[in-house]
Amino acid sequence: MSRLPDGRYVDDAPYDPDENINRIERADMDAPNWLLVWRKFRQHRLGLISGLFLLLSYLMLPFAGFIAPYTANERNADHLYAPPEMVRLFHEGEFIGPFVYPRRAIADLDDYRWRYETDTSRPMRLKFFCNASEYRLAGLIRTERRLFCAPEGATVFLWGSDRLGRDVFSRILYGAQLSLTVGLIGITVSFVLGIGFGSVAGYFGGRIDWVIQRAIEILRSLPELPLWLALSAAVPSNWGPVAVFFIISVILGILDWPGLARAVRAKFLSLREEEYVRAAEMMGASSGRVIRRHLLPNFVSHLIASATLSIPAMILGETALSFLGLGLRAPAVSWGVMLNDAQNLASIEIYPWTAIPMLPIIVVVLAFNFLGDGLRDSLDPYEN
Amino acid sequence: MSVLLSVDDLTIGFRGADPVVSGVSFELRSGETLALVGESGSGKTLTCRAVLRILPKAATILSGRMLFSSRTGPIDLLGISERQMRDVRGNRISMIFQEPMRSLSPLHRIGNQVIEALRLHQPVSKAEATAVALATFERVGFPDPERAFRAYPFEMSGGMRQRAMIAMAMITKPEILIADEPTTALDVTTQAQVLGLIKELQRETGMAVIFVTHDLGVVANMADQVVVLNRGRVMESGPARAVLTAPAHGYTQKLFAAAPSIPKGNATAPVAGGDAILTLRNVSKTYAVRGSKGWRSETLVHACRGIDLTVPRGRTLAIVGESGSGKTTAARIALGAEKPDRGGEVIFRDAKGHEIAVHAMSRADRTAFQRKAQMVFQDPYSSLSPRMRVIDALTEPLEIHGLGDREARRDRAAEMLSWVGLKRDMLFRYPHAFSGGQRQRLSIARALTLDPELLVCDEPTSALDVSVQDQILRLLEDIRDRAGLSYLFISHDLAVVARIADEVAVMRQGLVVEQAPPATLFHNPRHPYTRALIAAQPVADINRPIDLELVAQGAGAPDTWPEMFRFAGGAVPGLTELEPGHKVRCHA
Repeated sequence: MSRLPDGRYVDDAPYDPDENINRIERADMDAPNWLLVWRKFRQHRLGLISGLFLLLSYLMLPFAGFIAPYTANERNADHLYAPPEMVRLFHEGEFIGPFVYPRRAIADLDDYRWRYETDTSRPMRLKFFCNASEYRLAGLIRTERRLFCAPEGATVFLWGSDRLGRDVFSRILYGAQLSLTVGLIGITVSFVLGIGFGSVAGYFGGRIDWVIQRAIEILRSLPELPLWLALSAAVPSNWGPVAVFFIISVILGILDWPGLARAVRAKFLSLREEEYVRAAEMMGASSGRVIRRHLLPNFVSHLIASATLSIPAMILGETALSFLGLGLRAPAVSWGVMLNDAQNLASIEIYPWTAIPMLPIIVVVLAFNFLGDGLRDSLDPYEN
Repeated sequence: MSVLLSVDDLTIGFRGADPVVSGVSFELRSGETLALVGESGSGKTLTCRAVLRILPKAATILSGRMLFSSRTGPIDLLGISERQMRDVRGNRISMIFQEPMRSLSPLHRIGNQVIEALRLHQPVSKAEATAVALATFERVGFPDPERAFRAYPFEMSGGMRQRAMIAMAMITKPEILIADEPTTALDVTTQAQVLGLIKELQRETGMAVIFVTHDLGVVANMADQVVVLNRGRVMESGPARAVLTAPAHGYTQKLFAAAPSIPKGNATAPVAGGDAILTLRNVSKTYAVRGSKGWRSETLVHACRGIDLTVPRGRTLAIVGESGSGKTTAARIALGAEKPDRGGEVIFRDAKGHEIAVHAMSRADRTAFQRKAQMVFQDPYSSLSPRMRVIDALTEPLEIHGLGDREARRDRAAEMLSWVGLKRDMLFRYPHAFSGGQRQRLSIARALTLDPELLVCDEPTSALDVSVQDQILRLLEDIRDRAGLSYLFISHDLAVVARIADEVAVMRQGLVVEQAPPATLFHNPRHPYTRALIAAQPVADINRPIDLELVAQGAGAPDTWPEMFRFAGGAVPGLTELEPGHKVRCHA
C-alpha cells in the first residue's frame, strides 16, 4: 500500500493488465448438468437417505419371495391372528443363534378372541437358505429356496398373522411389488400424456394451446375420488389381478397428467424466451429439433423432480381404491388390499398388528417427498 | 468536513471459499459522494450491502470495523443488535437498488409503500405521512404527485419507478443514501435525469451518498471521492479529480482506456453507397394489443413506422435507440423472424447477386437465407444452452444444415474457436465454466460457423463489463474485415456505436429521426433527440458534465420538440437530407 502526495491510496500488489482470455473462470462448473445436480443433491442428507432407501426397496422387489419366509397367500390355520413374535439370540443366558419359541393358539371363549401361549422351554432355531413352499423368483424362476424359514412345529410371524393365518410381514413384501410399481406405471402414462400435450401447448401456443388448456381445466374440475370410483367400478370383475392392476395404474395416470401438462407448458413458455432457443430457431432448426435438443434436456430435471413428487399420490390413490374394495382384489396382494382386511375397527383394537401395512405406506410416501424436495432444491446448479 | 462513515479493513467471504472482499477501507464525509467503481464480481455491491448488514445468507463479514458517526452519536454498525440495526436501515441510511421493478412491491400502491418507510421510523399519523410523501413526490419530479401516490408500480415507466424508489429512500431524511447501480437499468436520457435529481437532492439536504457503479462516466458526473475495486481489493482510492485525471494504478488506467466515448472529431465525407447487402424499404410493424380492460377494443402499437434502411456490403449500419424505440423489431424483421406489415419489403442480396425477398420467403429461401445471415445475441448467459458442450453448440448449425461429416464439423468448430481467440481444448467444456466475455466469443463463433455474409448484432456488448466490451468490439471489427462481413448493429449506447459503425440511424418511437455517418452525427447533430442522447451520455471526463437542459429538450415526447421537428400523432414529417448523407426528420 502506498500513498501519493495528493492523499490517494494505491494498491501495491503486482497487477497484470493483460488477462489471459483462455483462462477458465469457473472450472467447478465445467461438468455436465447431472454431475452438477448430483454434487448439490449430495449435500441434502434427508433426500440422499430417502433416495437410497427407495433404491433398495425397488431393488428388493424381484427378490421379495426370497426374503419372505412365507408366500403371500399361504394359510396357517392353527395360527389365526397370531401376534408379532421376536427372533431371539440368547436362551437362558446362552447364545444359540437366531431362534423362536413355539406358540400354541388358545380360543378365549370369554372374550371371543385368540390368545397365544409361548413355550419358553424349547428354543427352535431358524433355518437359513432352506426350502419351503414353491414361489417364482422375479415372477419367472420356480424355486423353493428362501433366506430363512420357520423350524418344523413353530412359526416365524415377524409382524403377526392376519384373519386367515397369513404372515403379515411376507404379505407386505409381496404387496410392495404391486403397490410400488403402480406408481411407476401410472407416472409413465401421466408423463407421456403430460409432456406430449404440455410441450405442444407451450411451444406452439395459439389455438392448440387454448384447446389443451380448456381440456385440462375440464379434467381438473371433475371431482377426483368419485371419478376414480366410477372408472374402477367399470373394470369387469372377472378380470385377473394383473389386468386389474394394469388398468388401475393407467386410470391413475390418466387422471394425473393435467397437472404435469401445466407445469411442462409453463416451463416451455419461459424456456422458449431463452436466447439459445431463439438462436437455434435463427439457425433454422425445426420445431421438433428445438423441442428435443434444447427444451426437453433443459427441463428434464424438473420433470424428474415433479415425477418423484407425484408417485406418492399414485401410491396413495391405489391404496385408497383398494381399501374401498374398488382397486385390486384378492388374491392379488397390495398394501391397500391388506388394509381392506383391516377395515373392521374392533379387530384392529384387539389385533392392532393387522394395521401394520400403513407403516410402509407412510415411510415410502415420506421418502418420495424428501427425495423430491432434495431434487427440486438441487435442480438449478447454475445459480450462485 | 467530518467523517460520517468510516469502513476499515472490511473482509467478506462466502462459506468455505476465499474472501470476495478483502481489506476494503474508505471514509465517507458528510455532504460528499463516494463512488465505488468496479466490474462485475469486484465486490462493490457486497461492500455497500455490508454497511446495512443485508448480505446474502451464505456471506459473512470475516473482519473489519464500520463506524457511523450519526447525528445522535457514533454507532458501531457491526456491533449493534439486529433490532438497533433496523432503526438505522431506511431511516438514517437508506438504499436504492438497481432494478426499480423488482424493488417495489407490485401488490401495493406506491404511496402506501413510501409512507410505510416513514411510519416505521417516525411517530406520525397517516395523514401527516401522506402530506410528507406528496411533498417528496413533488420534489423528485412527479408531475402529478396525487396520481403517483395512488398508482401501482407497473403503471409507471422505469424512470418513474426509480424516482418513486428515491422518494421512498429520501422520505426519512437519511444521513447516508446508498445507491447501488441506480441507473444501470434505465435509458441514457432517463439516467441523466435521475443522476441530476440525486445530485440536486444531495445539495438540498446535505446528505452523503455512496454511489455504486461500473460506469466511469457516471463517476465523473457524480463523485467527490472514488474507490476503485477489482476482485474484492481496493486498487486505488482518492479524490475524484485526481483519480479521474491521472489514474495511478494499472487497473484504473485500463478501465479508462476501455471506456467508450463519443469522439469529438470533424465531419468526414459520407461513405459512397456501394452495393447493398440488405435493404429495408418502407418497413412498418403494428401489433394489436388487447385493451387494458376486457371490454375495451384492441389498441394498435406501432413498433416500426416506415423504415428505409440500407446495409452496404462490408460495412456496419447501426440502429441506436432507447428501449421501446423499435430497434429490436427492426432487426427481427431484417432477419425474417417477423413479417413486416403489408407494403414493407426486405431484400437480401448475397455476394453472387442472388436476391432473396426476406419478407416473403419460401422454405428453401429461408434455409438459404439462414446460411447467409446470422445473429449475435445480447445476454451471453442465456445464449448458450447449459446442457450442450461447446463443441455441440458450435457444430449444431452445420448439423441443422447437413453440412460436412462429423470430422469436418469438428474441424470447423475448432477453426471458429481460434477465430474468436479461444483455444481448441475449450471444445469439450461446458458453457458455464466461462466468463461473460468468453461466452460472448463462443456465441460469435457459433454465428460464424455457417460462414454468413450478414451478422445482426443485438446489443452484443451491453451485458458485458467495460473492459470486456472493448475486447469484443475489437474482435467484431477484426472479424468483419477478415471475413468481409456486413453488420447490422443494434445498440442503445451511442459511444459503442460511434466506434464500430459506418452509418448510424437514431430511432425514437418506431421512427428513424436522424441518420448519418457517425462523424457527421456526433459533430453536427441536428435533431433534438439525437442531441439529447449525445448530451446524456456520461463521459469519463470530470470537465464534461452532462448538460441536463439539452437532455430535457429532446428526451420528451415529439410534441414538446422545437417547432421544426415537432409532430403529434400520425402526421409525421419526412426524412429530409440536410446535407449529403445526413438525413433528419423535420419540416424543411
